[in-house]
Amino acid sequence: MRNFDTLAVRHWLHASVCGLSFFAVVTPALAADAGNAFNPKISLVLQGNFANYDDKSPQLIPGFLLGNESGLRSAGLSLDETELAIESNIDDLFHGWATISLANDNGKTTVNVEEAFINTLTLPYGLAGKGGRFFSDIGYLNRIHSHAWDFADQPLVYRAFLANQYADDGVQLKWVAPLDLFVEVGGELARGGAFPGGGDYRAGVPSKSVFVHVGDDLNASSSYRAGLSYLRIDDDKRRSGQDVETAFSGRTGTAIADFVYKWAPNGNPTIHNAILASEVFYRTESGALVFDPNTRAINSNYHGHQSGFYVQGIYQFAPQWRVGLRYDRLQSSNVVSNPVPGTALETLADNGHDPQRETVMIDWSHSEFSRIRLQYNRDESRPNGRVDNQVYLQYIFALGSHPAHQF
Amino acid sequence: MRRILSVAALIAACFSMAPASAALKVFACEPEWAALTQELGGKNVDVYAATTALQDPHQVQARPSLIARFRSADLAVCTGAELEIGWFPLLFQNGANPRIQPGKLGLFEAYNYVTMLEVPTHLDRSEGDIHPYGNPHLQTDPHNIARIAVALTKRLAELDRDNAADYTARGQDFQQRWTLAIAKWEAQAAPLKGVAALSQHKSWNYLYDWLGIHETGTLEPKPGIPPSAAHLEDLIDLQKRTPAKLIVYAAYQDSKAADFLAQKTGIPAVKLPFTVGATDDSGDLFKLFDATIARLLAGLAGKGSS
Repeated sequence: MRNFDTLAVRHWLHASVCGLSFFAVVTPALAADAGNAFNPKISLVLQGNFANYDDKSPQLIPGFLLGNESGLRSAGLSLDETELAIESNIDDLFHGWATISLANDNGKTTVNVEEAFINTLTLPYGLAGKGGRFFSDIGYLNRIHSHAWDFADQPLVYRAFLANQYADDGVQLKWVAPLDLFVEVGGELARGGAFPGGGDYRAGVPSKSVFVHVGDDLNASSSYRAGLSYLRIDDDKRRSGQDVETAFSGRTGTAIADFVYKWAPNGNPTIHNAILASEVFYRTESGALVFDPNTRAINSNYHGHQSGFYVQGIYQFAPQWRVGLRYDRLQSSNVVSNPVPGTALETLADNGHDPQRETVMIDWSHSEFSRIRLQYNRDESRPNGRVDNQVYLQYIFALGSHPAHQF
Repeated sequence: MRRILSVAALIAACFSMAPASAALKVFACEPEWAALTQELGGKNVDVYAATTALQDPHQVQARPSLIARFRSADLAVCTGAELEIGWFPLLFQNGANPRIQPGKLGLFEAYNYVTMLEVPTHLDRSEGDIHPYGNPHLQTDPHNIARIAVALTKRLAELDRDNAADYTARGQDFQQRWTLAIAKWEAQAAPLKGVAALSQHKSWNYLYDWLGIHETGTLEPKPGIPPSAAHLEDLIDLQKRTPAKLIVYAAYQDSKAADFLAQKTGIPAVKLPFTVGATDDSGDLFKLFDATIARLLAGLAGKGSS
């Protein structure tokens, strides 16, 4: 994919910018481009990264089994993720969206369909449906794309509970209440193929979630959104672990309470603005574990309670410049009947540490299409309890169609 | 059981449509369209302004309150031409309102009814945050307001047939008052013809086109990029070669760069309301242009405004 024909891409992006936008009709001035006018909106997000970790030990968290793609960003210089997003109205009833990401996986480029869904535009009574693969609406940060994150990495709760972000194949129905107060209620049925789901292909619908969001303006300068969500998945041999896997069969249930508050003087964020966000996670898991199912096959019963939260604040102190602070903490109280030393079962049974992390970041955005960020984490989330000093230097550039960002 | 019944009744009430007699619910993207819809609709419309005059119309977020108001609206009145591209598309997706969608009567986009200026022949982001459909700040020319008022009157009458005669009458009344006002403003603004001005952002091209003011440069090096020290130095040089008489910025913008330049060049920095309600003297559409002309004339006389 590195040999992307840059000319073709440029032509393509140019065409899309000239193309029919969401809420505009072709004006005579653009008549010459009419052949391209129906091209969807396309944007390409380039993310590059430099990461440094003091601690080279395995990136595990005591008291948790991590899903795949829960590792930290590659150490050193890396082209982290290149994300191609395409969206368009399909007809007067449906809108479609796809995000294809090209990620670097140990020197190989892997192509991922991050999201590919259609959603309805004209259902009556405030209802909206969605089908395909999409970031679930549970929590606050879950559905926000990585290029719009306020830090270089997700909070520990997202890494430990949802393998950074929960996207699954399924359907969603939500309803917006006909009130001046924003009230949105929804539910999702999904395949259960992504962590904390996972396992063998089965009939039925193993993953179910519900969420409710409430939000409003407090005054001209500030607004909030608060939410509650619950995700339940029946797992059958869910695999986790990098080199040696652990299979989990049983039930996993995650409850999330989220809150975000945004402030800007008179609602104008150009010079100063602030964002305060916090989420609390609570999970129970109950079932059977098999460590190294292919060779050693060590069995254990497992009953777990895990919780955690983060609080983060972002402040834009001058045009183009923002600083951020974040605090993360996790806790576990797991009963593992057979915690064999040296295995993931021992890590899971380790209730003694409360993993935590403090983060500070600063970023600079020349325009709304470019951002450069420096971040430092004081991380104490590994089983050895030692402090890992983590540094990220990151750029995020968006090419093409104008990004519209969620609240 | 009673509780279940009352919850069911509440849900049923929420699902039922608004009673037919209620006023037309209008979601106005910008304050000028809220004001115009109010002028044309009177008591037949219930107008919600999604943004305030002190917000940068490019930098609005799809806040929960906007989604809630969009959900119940019968009509959205917006500038269009991608001015609201950073937030309005999210309302289509999350607002679940089948009445307001592209091609439906419930979506009124003002730019469709005026001649767009500065439609770029070449699109490249190195030119800054430019709009492929042309400069979207079209409300700064009162002739545009008149054209849009004609189309909006028609749209209101189409959507709310019971009150069609009312809208037509109000529309005619508005046009009469507006035509007289334009004549007054044009007479007052005669001294501004041919005057050179520096602008903070390309916010004023329609206003300048109307009054015959010409722009020597902008404080933003490119649209959407904040003024930099180096660029302001260039403008001080430019001022020596092609002197401007005014520095014009909008009420929602940071005045720092304009004030700095005013101090360095000795020409006044003039704050204009840009839209209805941004300053004490711009409370409605008529006052908006009264204030705009008055402030420009004061600037020409050497008096800045803030």
